Amino acid sequence: MTQAAWIEAALTSARPQAVAALLRYFRDLDTAEEAFQDACLRALRTWPQKGPPRDPTAWLVFVGRNVAIDAVRRRRKLQELPPEETLADVDDTESELVERLDSADYRDDLLRLLFVCCHPDLPAPQQIALALRVVSGLSVQQIARAFLVSEAALEQRITRAKNRIAASMVPFDTPSPAERTERLGVVATMIYLLFNEGYSSTAESVALRQQLCEEAIRLARLLLRLFPSEPEMMGLTALLLLQHARSAARLDAKGAIVLLEDQDRELWDRTLIAEGLALIDKAVRHRQPGTYQIQAAIAALHSRAAHAADTDWAQIDLLYAALERLQPSPVVTLNRSVAVAKTRGPEAALAMIEPLAARLSGYFHFHGAKGAYLQQLGRQDEARDAFQRAISLAGSAAEAAHIRLHLDQMAKTGPPPEGDRAR
Amino acid sequence: MLYAILCYNSEDVVYSWPKEQDDAVMARLSAVQQKLAGSGRLGPVARLMPTTTATTLRKDREPALVVDGPFAETKEQLLGFYIVECEGLEQALETARELGNANPGGAYEIRPVSVLNPPGPGFDSKSGTR
Repeated sequence: MTQAAWIEAALTSARPQAVAALLRYFRDLDTAEEAFQDACLRALRTWPQKGPPRDPTAWLVFVGRNVAIDAVRRRRKLQELPPEETLADVDDTESELVERLDSADYRDDLLRLLFVCCHPDLPAPQQIALALRVVSGLSVQQIARAFLVSEAALEQRITRAKNRIAASMVPFDTPSPAERTERLGVVATMIYLLFNEGYSSTAESVALRQQLCEEAIRLARLLLRLFPSEPEMMGLTALLLLQHARSAARLDAKGAIVLLEDQDRELWDRTLIAEGLALIDKAVRHRQPGTYQIQAAIAALHSRAAHAADTDWAQIDLLYAALERLQPSPVVTLNRSVAVAKTRGPEAALAMIEPLAARLSGYFHFHGAKGAYLQQLGRQDEARDAFQRAISLAGSAAEAAHIRLHLDQMAKTGPPPEGDRAR
Repeated sequence: MLYAILCYNSEDVVYSWPKEQDDAVMARLSAVQQKLAGSGRLGPVARLMPTTTATTLRKDREPALVVDGPFAETKEQLLGFYIVECEGLEQALETARELGNANPGGAYEIRPVSVLNPPGPGFDSKSGTR
């Protein structure tokens, strides 16, 4: 690897923890970000000559903090910063700093930074945009393209989010164990939303979508490393890995969605699957089931089936039932109905989702699933209505195209509709 | 004389590499490995899963203590390692406990292997990662 590439990777990987530590010093997101940015510029100048420091994150925190303090001083026309060469030679100070910045500090710093991005006043898209910008360091241009909005609009979204956060800053004391657990839960949700944005989003470019998923996995792994005994963090990381493992098989050459049961399982990433399964193994030992662990266990059952026909639907049905108990939601019941359709038939599945109609009337997947069950029951007209409704609610061209496929298939195999007898 | 070459690097950095970069590094390593294999000097090569998948068995107490995460102390040194086929973590822990009974003190870090070349004789390759 070239040195430039190594430095870039080191800066990218140091960012979440370095910005988090700088936020603790300056208690202001913009100052922390600018300080990190300045430290990176200095790293790009000095690392190639002096070689990278032993602990790049500590170096960046130390230098970033000094540069920012100096900027404040300069504004007050006080004292100049020592020349860069002295600054780069921070070995003694660095080791001292490393000791002070032990993992417990980093841990709460990073959690705080992520938690700040999840402020309850911020709508989910703002939370994700902010985390991608501040924590992951994606450019405004990259994020704007992923969300299909203009750069100006996204810039505004981030500024607004930051203002709202500044108005109600999270306390900087060391959190209590209960607060820590609560923060972890909120942050886990944001990471999952970020992953889903990449997984199912409106983003039309596969590369961008992949990047959001990979970023979510990176953050999940990082959090798990800092909180190694949290079974739900193991579950979340496993869930993301197992779902991401299928990404190469999820879209066909034309960009259309390929359903799980039709995917070419040879394209699934076995390395990611193995890592996900290993994490589930670890989580199970704690005997504290949670929603991410159960969802990961469901994903694992799919991963373990060599062919779609080998899927253990009965076990999946049981896991969804457990999920319904922990987190009752119409969407969970809708997902469970897919397993029920396999084990008890489309009629039972339809009966299960009918009570959800009022709550899920605006949900694409509800009408898609309903159409599929009706079609299996031979109720073609009703199926067609449901599919039409799904198309009108589709969030992306790929989703709509997938439902159209059903309609085309019905036109070919179902009883010919009126006026279509010539075929 | 056989030598073990143990690989250390920053996990944060390595897992921040884009896939193309990771592939490129692996390809370059593979070229070196092939050269070594060609001259009959290469033993097994393993890439381990990230430390998040690690579990540590502290066998310096009775009963031994299972801790999530990698072995993180600095007062003990790496003295050796096993590669063992296991159904899952439970069997791996059971195996480690058995070894620990024979040799108490210190700790075993249990970490799944991501890639092993060549796969050991008689290993079940159903996990599909090697």
